[in-house]
Amino acid sequence: MGTEPGIAPGIVPGIVIIGAGEAGARAATALRENCYAGPITLIGEERHLPYERPPLSKTAMTAADEPVAATILTDDQLAAHGIRHLSGVMVTDIDRAGHAVALDDGSRLPYTRLLLATGARPRKLSTPGAEAGNLLYLRTFTDALAMRAHLKPGIRLVVIGGGFIGLEIAASALERGCSVTVVEMAPRILGRAVPAEVAATVAEAHTAAGIRLVTGIGLASIEDKAVLLADGTRLDCDAIIAGVGAIPETGLAEKAALAVENGIRVNGQLQTEDPDIFAAGDCCAFPHPVFGGRRLRLEAWRNAQDQGNHVARAMLGDTAEFAAIPWFWSDQHDQTLQIAGLPDEGDTTVTRDLGGTTLYFHLKAGRLVGASAFGPIGKVAREIRLAEMLIAKRAHPAPAALADPSVKLKSLLAAEALAA
Amino acid sequence: MSTWIDACAPDDIEEEDVIRFDHGGVTLAIYRLEDDRFFATAGLCTHEAVHLSNGLVMGKVIECPKHNGRFDIPTGQAKGAPACINLKTYPVKVEAGRVFVDLG
Repeated sequence: MGTEPGIAPGIVPGIVIIGAGEAGARAATALRENCYAGPITLIGEERHLPYERPPLSKTAMTAADEPVAATILTDDQLAAHGIRHLSGVMVTDIDRAGHAVALDDGSRLPYTRLLLATGARPRKLSTPGAEAGNLLYLRTFTDALAMRAHLKPGIRLVVIGGGFIGLEIAASALERGCSVTVVEMAPRILGRAVPAEVAATVAEAHTAAGIRLVTGIGLASIEDKAVLLADGTRLDCDAIIAGVGAIPETGLAEKAALAVENGIRVNGQLQTEDPDIFAAGDCCAFPHPVFGGRRLRLEAWRNAQDQGNHVARAMLGDTAEFAAIPWFWSDQHDQTLQIAGLPDEGDTTVTRDLGGTTLYFHLKAGRLVGASAFGPIGKVAREIRLAEMLIAKRAHPAPAALADPSVKLKSLLAAEALAA
Repeated sequence: MSTWIDACAPDDIEEEDVIRFDHGGVTLAIYRLEDDRFFATAGLCTHEAVHLSNGLVMGKVIECPKHNGRFDIPTGQAKGAPACINLKTYPVKVEAGRVFVDLG
C-alpha cells in the first residue's frame, strides 16, 4: 500500500473528489494510474455513473433511438480501480480545519487531500418572463432528454445565445426537422474566444443550412410561446432553449473561505491556497505559463481531461506546472470548429488555404499564440493539432511559411525541435 | 486463410502519414512510417468511432483527430485514456509496387 502524504500510518482517510464529471472521473482514474493505493471517493450529485457531456448537444439530440449516457467509468471499472462512487449525493460543507466534508445525508467524510471538480452550471436569463419555467437549459443528461422530447419535426424553436452550446443545439434541432431561429444579443455569434473571420464562416454555414440567425438585438421579454426582441420583433415558437454561458460552481469553495475569482483560484499545480485542497476542470481559474501567467478558466472537455490527469499527480506531490495548451472543438452541420491556444492574444493574423477551408494563425509579436479553423475534420484536425504543438513550444514561425500550404507544419515543428 | 487485397500504391501515402481504405464494409487505416514500413489497423477509433485517417501520425503513433486517443501503429495498442480498447491490426505487404492488406 502507498503512504499518504503528510498523514501518520494507520490513519488514512484518502482522497475525496467532489464532482463526478470528466475532470473528477479522470482524476480518480489517474490517481490509480500513478500508483496511488489509498482510498478514493468520487462524489456526484447526479444519479448516473460518470458520463461524457460533449454528446449531449449533438448525438443525444439527433440519435434516432432514445440515447444512453456515454459512460466514462462503468461499475466494473470503478470496482477494478477501487474507486468508491457516491451518486445522487451533495456535499454541503468543507471543514478545512477538520479535514472532512459534510454530506447532505448528514454524514461526514474525512479526507487527506480534497479535489473540487464541481464544474459549472448554465447561466440563467434575467429577461422578464424568463423565470416562468418554460425555458430549457442544457447541462446534464437529464436536461438533454427533456430537451430532446421537445425537438419534434416541424416545431418552431428559438435558441437564445449564439455560443457553442446554442449553435450545436440549433444544428441538432435542424437535423431533427425543427424550424430554428438563433438570437444573439452581441453583434456577432461566438464571442471573443473565436476570431471574427471564423465566426463569420460558421454563421454562413448555419444560414446556408436553413437556420435563421438574429444578431445584435437584445431581448425584451419571454412569453410562454414567444420571444420578444428589443426592436419589437415577435418570434412565435413552440419551444425556447437558452444557452447563454455558464457560471463556475464555486459555492462550496466560497463557503470554505477559499479565494474565488471567476472560478476557484489555484496555482500552477492546480492547488488552492489550502495546500490539501485542489481544483480542476470548468470550476477552476488557473495561471497559464505559456501566456504570461494569464489567469484562465476553460469550459472544455479536453481541459477537463488534461487537468484531471495533472491534478492527480499534483495531489500525489508532483510539482510540475500545468501548461497544456487550450484546445477545443465544436461540431456543427458535419463541420468542425477547432481552436488551439488563445487567438485573442494575437496582434497579427496569417491565413493558410487548406483547399476551400481557411486556417488562421494568430501571432503576438511574431510568436504563435493561437490557431483556428472551421471546416471538414479531415482538413482541420491535423493542422490545428500541429499548430497546438508549435504554440506549446513558443515557436516564432515565419509568417510566409505559415501562409504557404506547401510548407508542412510538421517540418516547422521539426525545425523548432532542432533549434531547441 | 489469407485474402490479400490490393489497397493502394506506396506513394499514395506520404511518409509518416495515413489514408483511409474501405473494402467490403470494413474501414481500415493504412499507415506509412518514416522508415517506409507499412501497417494497417481498424479505421475507426475505439473510443468514439472517429476516422483515424484524419488523425496525426507522429513516429509510430496515430492520434485520433477528435479526442486525442493514441494508438501504437504496429501493434494497435491503446496508449491511455480516452482510448482504452486496442485497435485490430491487419497484415500488410508491399509487392510489385502495390500495398496489399490481409483482411483474413
